[in-house]
Amino acid sequence: MSKRVDAVDLNVYYGDFLAVEGINISIDARAVTAFIGPSGCGKTTFLRSLNRMHEVLPGARVKGQLLLDGEDIYDPGVDPVTVRTQVGMVFQRPNPFPTMTIRENVLAGYKLNGARLSKSQSEEIVETSLRSANLWNEVKDRLDRPGSGLSGGQQQRLCIARTIAVKPDVILMDEPCSALDPISTLAIEDLIGELQQDYTVIIVTHNMQQAARVSQKTAFFNIAGTGKPGKLIEYNDTTAIFNTPQEKSTEDYVSGRFG
Amino acid sequence: MTQTPTPTPTAASAQGGPPSLGDGSSNGLVRRSSLTQNTLPSWLWIALLGGSIVLGAALSALLGFNLASFFIFTAAIYILSSYIVTRTRVNRRRATDGLWTNLVYLAFLIALMPLVSVIWSVASVGIPGLLAPGFMASDMQGITGLVDQASQTEGAPVLGGIAHALIGSLLITLAATAISVPIGLLTSIYLVEYARGGLLSRAITFFVDVMTGIPSIVAGLFAGAAMAWFLSVFSGVTGLLTTQRSTLGITAAIALSVLMVPVVVRTTEEMLRVVPNELREASYALGVRKWRTILKVVLPTAISGIASGVTLAIARVIGETAPILVTAGFVVNTNWNLFQGWMTALPVYIFRQFQNPTSPNFSDPSEQRAWAAALVLILIVMGLNLFARLIATLFAPKQTGR
Repeated sequence: MSKRVDAVDLNVYYGDFLAVEGINISIDARAVTAFIGPSGCGKTTFLRSLNRMHEVLPGARVKGQLLLDGEDIYDPGVDPVTVRTQVGMVFQRPNPFPTMTIRENVLAGYKLNGARLSKSQSEEIVETSLRSANLWNEVKDRLDRPGSGLSGGQQQRLCIARTIAVKPDVILMDEPCSALDPISTLAIEDLIGELQQDYTVIIVTHNMQQAARVSQKTAFFNIAGTGKPGKLIEYNDTTAIFNTPQEKSTEDYVSGRFG
Repeated sequence: MTQTPTPTPTAASAQGGPPSLGDGSSNGLVRRSSLTQNTLPSWLWIALLGGSIVLGAALSALLGFNLASFFIFTAAIYILSSYIVTRTRVNRRRATDGLWTNLVYLAFLIALMPLVSVIWSVASVGIPGLLAPGFMASDMQGITGLVDQASQTEGAPVLGGIAHALIGSLLITLAATAISVPIGLLTSIYLVEYARGGLLSRAITFFVDVMTGIPSIVAGLFAGAAMAWFLSVFSGVTGLLTTQRSTLGITAAIALSVLMVPVVVRTTEEMLRVVPNELREASYALGVRKWRTILKVVLPTAISGIASGVTLAIARVIGETAPILVTAGFVVNTNWNLFQGWMTALPVYIFRQFQNPTSPNFSDPSEQRAWAAALVLILIVMGLNLFARLIATLFAPKQTGR
């Protein structure tokens, strides 16, 4: 149910602009991996290339290999839609579908693809997904209300429930707490800790304390200057990154000297 | 309680405006907060307006009373007097603010005037005709000059109605909608969802803009010529429909759809563009294909705007006269068939009743029918606009509901 992710000499482009260069990384299954680094260093770009969301933008493309349990998701024969069913994504700003109720939002991955579910099946999916997202007790009495009526933190957990409802192998999170208050952030962080038992979780965060709290491994990205490609500087156990970083720039960043 | 001999500096002077002139009298009794200024009593504007109306009526009576001069005098006196009063009693900034507020209201009233005037005149002239027995239910078959002559000279009820024109307008507009909505919708979906700013999309946008400016009579001539050409080629190739003429309801529908397509493309494009990209990405991230995303996420989110845009486009073309006159002609009997024979639309009916009264020497019944038909047309257009608003609120994404 959870797969490992390996990037081999991965370059990510926007048109002719090389945004991320030469990434080699092995991301463990059933663990939380955090990407940290200053703004514009390519964390989000690299994250979006992990489920082929990157190429949704005009002119965006990728070179190199990205292996999901050894299978290259950028192989010419691969359908990006298949990749995205296995690699789910949670976005920076909560984005429940405004036309759908809470229940429909959780089932969106099935309904939008035209899958037919029996009533008992859909009830079960809704309940287990919302329970895994720690949202069930808050919304169980109003499943038929619009999802946009929830608070920001609840909406974000609804989006996580929607993502895990389709049972992906990997969950990508792009600064999932940056639009939320500390209480909601705590709820999401607790949830991330539970999700790692079943899923490979990769999280981009600007908050270094958050990376230290939730992740087992941390990757530090940096950029040499504007217009230069972002690079993976250091990748190690989270404790090592924060306590005994090998690179000077990592040490500067995690100790707050820049960024 | 201490009293300062000179007027206390008020907020007005603190802001850099001139000290209020009328401070001395109102200032002495109660100590006031340094933040408050002189305020005018809330009833003052009603009093000023009343005074202006009286004065305006008097001034306009001097020139021989009419509504236009009465309105102009009243507006001028009210705007001027309220400016002067505010300027002397409060301060200059408030006075300028009030002046521009009044000017904006005035502009709004002037803009509203033609609409109210049209509705008033059409309603007052048209209601008798609308109430005539069988006006909505009968067509003009059998209504000859002699019948109208009897109505005008002998006081017999005005016979004849707009049933055929209503049916014609309805069918032609429905067919035009059926043609232009799929074309317009698919074009705008291409422009918003698939085009990546290439030559084709820029060309489409340009030609849609050009199409918006096509005069309606040109659209009518185009549709007539296109249908005539199509029929001649079709009958030449297949040997069928050799006697078919190109004056048909469907030709009028094609003419109207030429006018409708750019409107539908424009409004729909606008509505699709405001759908947040995050929703599309959320859908893609769930492994949903692009066409399903468009069909199930983008369109439902934008449906209220699209539906009201389409309704407004219908309201825009249902009043067209020239393109229908040259493509569908006019008849006195009811024709339900878009593909056979001539058809009358409501605007064409109005035009014909005015231009060629059924009885040239006794035109009163014809004019009564024309005004009543005009009233019906206005009511339909207003109804469509209300309907568009209704759709917009009914289909709008549910934002609240905590």
